[in-house]
Amino acid sequence: MSSATILTPPPALRMRGITKAFPGVQALAGVDLDVRAGEVHILLGENGAGKSTLMKILSGGQRSDAGSIEIDGRAAVLDTPRAARDARIAIIHQELALVPEMTVAENVYLGRAPTRFGMLDHGPMVRGAAALLLQLGANIDPNERVGALSIAQQQLVEIARALSLDAKILIMDEPTSALTERETARLFETIRGLTARGVAIIYISHRLDEIFEIGDCITVLRDGRHIVTQPIDVADRRELVRLMANREVDELVPASARTMGRSKLRVEKLSHGSSLHDVSFSVRAGEIVGFAGLLGAGRTEIARAVFGLEAIDGGIIYVDDREVTIRSPRDAIAAGIGFVTEDRKGEGLVLSRSVRDNVALPILSRLARLGIVRSRHEHSTAEDAVRDLRIRTPSVRQLARNLSGGNQQKIVLAKWLATGARILFLDEPTRGIDVGSKAEIYLLINELAMDGVAIVLMSSDLPEVLGLSDRVLVMREGRIAGEFTRADATPERVMACAVGM
Amino acid sequence: MISRTTMRRIVAGREAGTALGLFVLCLGLWIATPYFATAANLTNVAEQSAIVGVIAIGMTFVILTGGIDLSVGSLVALAGIVIGSALQRGLPVPVAVISGIVAGVVAGALNGVMVTRGSLPPFIATLGMMSVARGAALMLSDGRPISGFPDGLRLLATSRVMGIPSPVVLMLALYLFAYFVLTRTVFGRYMYAIGGNEEATALAGVDVTQYKTLVYAISGLSAGVCAIVLVARLNSAQPIAGIGYELDAIAAVVIGGTSLLGGSGSVIGTLIGALIMSVLRNGLNLLGVSSYLQQVAIGMVIIVAVLIDMGLRRRVHRSTRSSA
Repeated sequence: MSSATILTPPPALRMRGITKAFPGVQALAGVDLDVRAGEVHILLGENGAGKSTLMKILSGGQRSDAGSIEIDGRAAVLDTPRAARDARIAIIHQELALVPEMTVAENVYLGRAPTRFGMLDHGPMVRGAAALLLQLGANIDPNERVGALSIAQQQLVEIARALSLDAKILIMDEPTSALTERETARLFETIRGLTARGVAIIYISHRLDEIFEIGDCITVLRDGRHIVTQPIDVADRRELVRLMANREVDELVPASARTMGRSKLRVEKLSHGSSLHDVSFSVRAGEIVGFAGLLGAGRTEIARAVFGLEAIDGGIIYVDDREVTIRSPRDAIAAGIGFVTEDRKGEGLVLSRSVRDNVALPILSRLARLGIVRSRHEHSTAEDAVRDLRIRTPSVRQLARNLSGGNQQKIVLAKWLATGARILFLDEPTRGIDVGSKAEIYLLINELAMDGVAIVLMSSDLPEVLGLSDRVLVMREGRIAGEFTRADATPERVMACAVGM
Repeated sequence: MISRTTMRRIVAGREAGTALGLFVLCLGLWIATPYFATAANLTNVAEQSAIVGVIAIGMTFVILTGGIDLSVGSLVALAGIVIGSALQRGLPVPVAVISGIVAGVVAGALNGVMVTRGSLPPFIATLGMMSVARGAALMLSDGRPISGFPDGLRLLATSRVMGIPSPVVLMLALYLFAYFVLTRTVFGRYMYAIGGNEEATALAGVDVTQYKTLVYAISGLSAGVCAIVLVARLNSAQPIAGIGYELDAIAAVVIGGTSLLGGSGSVIGTLIGALIMSVLRNGLNLLGVSSYLQQVAIGMVIIVAVLIDMGLRRRVHRSTRSSA
């Protein structure tokens, strides 16, 4: 070994010229990435930039066509997940990979559970999991079934699993997308503890605020190419957004002058089990009303109740000042209400069907005569939607599965607009969507409001709620805990109200 | 009825592979035995496929929505016995035939209600119905076949339309109709949507419960139609008829490329799948392969067909997903 390498130790990870092509797509074109031990290296890029593919190659989920990987200066072959694990590389997936029927402890040690005489040895497993969860500051019982946990808690279990692998290189793919501020803060403490021990962390996120808080170094990918790597202290927010999207994007759409009409939707004393208590609010035509609050505060439940997905215990709903009875989504649609759900893939889209089929789904019977779909009507409805919402797709026949997150979300919006909905509930409309598409969705939301649509926006992304809404309602434990005008709604005030200070 | 773009889609789609499989199979048999490619034998093969082919239509609907129907074999027996007893009591042929169909539809609808209102897994609900319907058929007939029917009924099996046996014409007409329903109608679109994502479909205001119930009723209907053909052909209604038909129908659907997870597939694929099954049986018979070995061969064809299909699917899936 030469003296030079002793003076500057090789990086924990060195990827060189990583190339990967899929039929029709060059996912990665000669990407380099160096990550030093003890640093948090941010990987930034729009959906489709190649981040996920790069990380899959690093974690053994996929093989590269060309390129080399060195770990601590030694060439490594990571062609299987097993090989990656042996090299002490762990990945925390954005889409949770847990077994709902098993306990927290069993999930943490899945595939390498301690055994005694060939039998599962529960004692050490439960103790180990408890210790890891404590380290994360998570109040989760190791014997609880994972399926019974909230998404945020499941994410923490996933993180605990990665920690238990004693990884030297830890990949985190949007680990905070379902976490509250407090849980995020805890996670960051854990991350700092890990880096102090020399763990290298590759951190993928779209949230610029948290990137600047936790990152040491940042790499931007675009269209499968390495664009820039720089220390975080010299990085500039707007510059990063520009590099990522290669175009100027306002971080948030500025509030434009909108004229508000009459009351469109009024909800009075809505109650549902233990999740909603006497919730009353109203939205005018052309108004955007934001709902802020911690995870589980009841935001989603409001939308589900108004949309007829949950039987309500009490409450009256008025549309255009007329009382309406909503017992099913069909009633809601007839009343002119649309609901863009939080879980785009689970509830919003039929991924295996085309853009056209998805857009037409709620209005098929309207597009048909004698039960036969009039293809021309259907086609032109979808074509209009693609044009109006600027959905990027080669054709309306493309399967929804093949589009990016931002464009998928636009299909969901298009679907509701096609029904002629004049009241739209948007639940986490930009979750998991890259910055460029986010800005476009914001623009669309704004345009819809200008067009007189009444919009109810539910989001855990505080800047999003504050940036878009005319009024902000804060939920806490199933009640409306406060209301702020746009001018009064500062992040500090809203947060204080949400946590009950 | 089938436009040029649809033709192109069929040719380019998943069905092309299955059709190629059928073609290669036929070619092989044509070379291997002089008895295969005769008009009489091919007519026979088509007639053989008509029985399971008809139930496989209903099965395709059920599987497209992500369900399964194990009761159809027993429903064929039950509907057949209903037809037989009606005829025995001297009821006219049309009335007997309709009562058989009604029996199938009612039992199928019951399956649907158990699955939707009762939230039973389709496997369990229809497994139960499989036994109930078989038992009912045995009870109604006292365990004995019913035979000796008027000529009107027999004509349904023995007559020909332009030289093609009526059951085959009936099957083809039903496939054409089902193809139209699945691709062109609101109902068909809902089938794919429900199978692809039931939650999202319900959220779009579609009454999923009603449509899913209907799908099992359709499966019962196709079992009823199958019973008519079978009774007419055998000139006898047997309480032990149709044993194992459900598995043959599922095999035809699966060989035809319809995903057991629901949401994708086509009735054209199922038709080809049903033809492959009966060509294979026929060919192996002609080649003098023992019936034991035949079962092994058919089992292997099912497995290989699905393996190939999954391989293709995974490749397409991977290439599209990883680009995200």
